[in-house]
Formats: sequence, structure tokens, C-alpha cells
Amino acid sequence: MINPATNPYLPHEATILERIQEAPELFTLRLKFTESEIQQSYKFEPGQFNMLYLYGVGEIAISIVSDPEGSTEEGDYSIDHTIRVVGRVTRGMNNLKVGDHIGLRGPYGRGWPMQEARQKDVVLVTGGLGCAPVVSAINYIQQRRDQFGLLNIVQGVKHSDDFIWKQRYDQWRELPDTQVLLAADVGESLWPWHIGPVTVLFDQLKFNPQNVCVMMCGPEGMMKATCDHMLEKQVAPAQMFLSMERNMQCAIGHCGHCQYGDKFVCKDGPVFSYDKISDLFDIKGF
Amino acid sequence: MFFKTDQLQHLLDNLQAKGYTCIGPQVRHETIIYDEMTSVEQLPQGINDLQQPGSYSLNATNGSKYFDWANGPQAIKPLLFLPKEKLWSSAQDADGKISFSAVKHEAKKLAIIGVRACDIAALKIHDSHFLQQSFIDPYYQARRQDLLIIAVNCSRPADTCFCYSTGDGPFVPSLLKQGADIVLTELQDGFLVTAQTEQGENILSELALQESTAEQRAESERIKSNASKQNRQLPKLDIKSRLFEELNNEAWHNIAEKCLSCGNCTSVCPTCFCHSENEVPELDGKSSSHYREWDSCFGQGHSYIHGITIRSDTSQRYRQWLTHKFSSWVDQYGRSGCVGCGRCITWCPVAIDVTESVAQIVEKHHD
Repeated sequence: MINPATNPYLPHEATILERIQEAPELFTLRLKFTESEIQQSYKFEPGQFNMLYLYGVGEIAISIVSDPEGSTEEGDYSIDHTIRVVGRVTRGMNNLKVGDHIGLRGPYGRGWPMQEARQKDVVLVTGGLGCAPVVSAINYIQQRRDQFGLLNIVQGVKHSDDFIWKQRYDQWRELPDTQVLLAADVGESLWPWHIGPVTVLFDQLKFNPQNVCVMMCGPEGMMKATCDHMLEKQVAPAQMFLSMERNMQCAIGHCGHCQYGDKFVCKDGPVFSYDKISDLFDIKGF
Repeated sequence: MFFKTDQLQHLLDNLQAKGYTCIGPQVRHETIIYDEMTSVEQLPQGINDLQQPGSYSLNATNGSKYFDWANGPQAIKPLLFLPKEKLWSSAQDADGKISFSAVKHEAKKLAIIGVRACDIAALKIHDSHFLQQSFIDPYYQARRQDLLIIAVNCSRPADTCFCYSTGDGPFVPSLLKQGADIVLTELQDGFLVTAQTEQGENILSELALQESTAEQRAESERIKSNASKQNRQLPKLDIKSRLFEELNNEAWHNIAEKCLSCGNCTSVCPTCFCHSENEVPELDGKSSSHYREWDSCFGQGHSYIHGITIRSDTSQRYRQWLTHKFSSWVDQYGRSGCVGCGRCITWCPVAIDVTESVAQIVEKHHD
């Protein structure tokens, strides 16, 4: 018989503690394992992900956005996931309510280099709607603001209507030594920030190229443009980190869907430093 | 050592007495497949095969040999890594609580007879993938740990075979503990035999063995030398580096114009391991089953993420398959993912020859 305790494919039951509607097609589920032993032994890093299972429908890979050291003084924490409605599983999860149950296994992969980024300036670049992986890094820095240097939060959206979490960005803007830069490809008349691709904001970034950690998440074209800009500024490729997305079904490096050159995104990533993936990064089809 | 042909049935009987279910090659559906067997009469005696790109047929000969043919479409991959298997099931009670249970694996000791060198090489690759990386696959492991392998050296490679060129055949390496427990070489009136593990020794000790003669050993050497003369080979170039230097080579498109993207090559490949996970809920809604099933990088869904198909055209998929198999694989598992079995050539419905594809891409010269 296969031992369930060591079966990496087997989810465990978790309960929805809170559901937050972030935007019309975007919601956050705050989860806790039903079994307290599993909950207590569960440890993760920002940028890692879990496999969430919707009963009778299937599993999906979702990044963890909560703080790894908990949100209360007792270190008690929920495991939070911000989910966009894009397919069958996420559409079904969108209908779940507080107290409902789902399956959870994880955490998987390598997250953001939060230890390596300490005492360095940080540039976080995101494109698209509610880019959850980077939000976990921003939250982490926010909780430990004095351990990091200058903080640049850069967000690009396709259309100004796509911009969510205005309050959250306003709050981040108030953090010490922090600037928040926003751009929309298409902006309505009252959009107060930049119009154009996220790259139009790069000249305003404040950081020391010799002592910076760049973290990015979003469309690969945007990440490529960011890497190119950073290379021009003499930032070392090993200090640029990208959160990659590929089809994932097993999350444990067995199913082959996320194979990317000599890597499996699920276990060697999803966060990679640019020097590890630059060979293939600009080539369509990998 | 040597045993006469009549000892082969004793071997099967001994294995069954030890609790093994014997699996061996048999003619079925006009091919040779591996399935449960109890008698040597089920083996493909006096049968040989004709394989060419895109074609396969069997012929009856007047010969008495049991293993005088080259591999059919499948051998041991489907026995350890099942084409479809249930991983776990879940149940939901009236309060919405979900419980999970892993599939109970019935312990069945398998002894596979007639495994060829290419498939032993492939088995070692799957061992590395499923058992020696960050996570252990408990389903593969459960089948693998009780497995006994009686290999047979190849005497008559097919036109599509190129194991000599990959270094994986036609004979099983004579080193110990390389995947096989016992290795046989079929001669006219019996088998040369060596044990490569302790289990293999134990099983052989119950057979009427004779010392092999110099003449028998010479016959085996002749078989090996003949079987090493194969019609196909991989280019003797640095394939690993060259493929990634040639990602924009137009040959990818030329091959893709022929390729149907059907995935036959990945199904018959003994090292391809891609699989999808699928959920099958029961009609009453009270329980649901989670399966895994072989998948192929030639399928549309393989590279799909939220509205984007990373590899939307066939040339990208063929390039993905070939660059993984022959190049990235070396970084991941320490060797190429190709063992030279030639199945992808035989079973390609449009006769694409992987050795030609590799050659077209890596040998292309630019001025």
C-alpha cells in the first residue's frame, strides 16, 4: 500500500476562513488546513505556490500571497491565495464561501530571494491584473521595511480600468523610501498616472545598480523589456528575478508540462534569476 | 553458464512458484506485446519482424528461436508507468467536508522475460526520473521494487534500430546491477545465461545449468557482432550543443510539414514520461477520482496556460520534443533521453526518422 503521509500527490483538506472579492474576476481565499498538525508544520517562502483542489473538478497551481511568519503576534497565519477566474477550476472556486472546504498540497518550488535582497534596493515590476506572486514579496518587505533599501513598486496594466488595489498602492506609497509608479497602455481621461508601456516608468527608478534586487512577474515581453533595461543599467543578471508560468499538473517535477530547457518550472522555479534562463527566455515555443 | 531450451519452462515455473507473475512477449494484434504468461508456448517462437519507417509486420519462419525479433511497440514502460491510473479519490459528506484516500496498490511481484537492452537503459532513466529526484513517485516505486527482469540480448535488430549508436545495445551491459537480474543470449539449442543480481543467482541455482563451451561463447560473440551492424545511427557530432545552436533552423519547419502531431512517437518512446492529471467525478456527486494519464508534448493542451498556448504550431512541438530528448535531458538526467530503440521511427504514421531529423538539424552548414 502507498503510504498517504509520504504520497506527494495527495491533497489535504483545508477550510476557507475568509473570502475577499478583489475585483469582478479576482478573489482571495484565506485558508487553513483542517488538521492542526499539518497547519503547524506547514512552512513556505514568498513566491512559492500550492496546488489547490476543487472537489470533483481538479487542481490548479496558485501562488501564496500571505506572510510566511504569520499575520498575528502569535505567529498564527492563514495561507492566502489571490485567484483570477480563467478556467474551469477557478470559475468553480469563485463560488466557494467561507466555511467551505478545498484540497491543498504544497508548498512547491523556489520563491523570491528575500534573504539575498536584504539591505539592498528593491525594484518590483509587475504587469497585468493583481500579479499575486509579486504582491507576496511587497507584503514581505512592508512587514520588514527597515531591512531593505530603496523600494520601487512598478505596475503596468493594459487598460486603466484593469487597475485594482488602489488603496493598497496608496498605502505602499506612504512607506519610507518607497515610490510607486503606475502606467496603463490605454488610459481613460481621469487616469492620473502614465500612459504607455511599463517601460516608460523606468527612468524614474531610484536604485543603486551595484546593490539592487529586481523582482518581476507578468507577461514575458514585459519581463524581457525590464531585463534589457536593467542590463543597460549594469545590473547583474543574477540580481534579476522572474516568476515564470507554465502548465503545471503535478507540481513535483514528474508530469513534464512545465519543462523549460533543462529546468522544470515547478521545482527549479517558478522564480528564476535571469542568468539561469536567459538562453531560452526570448525564444518563442519553450 | 548455459542451459538447454527445455529449461526455459522450468524457469517460468520456478518464478511462479516464488510468487512472481510472469510477463513475456507474445504475438497479439499483429505485433509483439508483453503480457502475462505461464507457458513457453505463448512466446513468439519462429517469428520475426519486418520494421521500416512507418511500417511493421510479423512473419512466420521455420526457426525454433523464441526471441529472434526486434522490439514491438511497447515493452515494459506501460507495466511500471501505467498509461492511465487512479492516483487518489476524494469524497464529500453532507457537510461539505472532503476526505482523500490514496489508491491501494495490490502487491504483485512481476517477472518480465525478454526485456531488451534498450528498454533496460530506458528503465534506468525512468528510475532516475520517478525515484531519484526531489520527489519519489510512490506508484512507480511500488511496482518497481518487486520487479525481476530477465533480459534477452538482441540477435536481429530491425531496420529502424540504432541502439549501437546510442551505446545502449544490442547486448545488455555485462556489469552487475544495471537493471537486469538475469541476462540470456539465445543460441541454436539453448541459452547462455548470466546473473547480474543476487535474486538472479537464486533463480538460476534451481535450473540445470552447464558450463558454457568456447564454441557457444563464440556463437554469442557472432550474434553480438551481427546485431551491432545496424542500418541507422545518430550523427557523431555534439548533438546536445548543436540542437540549441540551431533553434531557428528551417529544417524544423520542413519536418513539421510532414509531422501530424499525433503523439505516436511519445507513446511508444520508452523514456517519455509526460502525463496529465484528470478528475473524474462520480455521477452521484459523493465521490471523485483523480487519474493520471500519458500525455504528449505534441498535443495542443500540453503547453496551455490561461488562454495562451506556448507551442501553437507543430514545428515548435517537434523542436520541444527533440531538444528535450537529445539535449536538455542530458542536463537533467546525465544522459540523452534516446536509447536507440527506433520505435518512434517504426510507429510514425508518416515515416519521420528521428535519426534523419537530428542529422538534418545538427549537420546543416552555414557559410
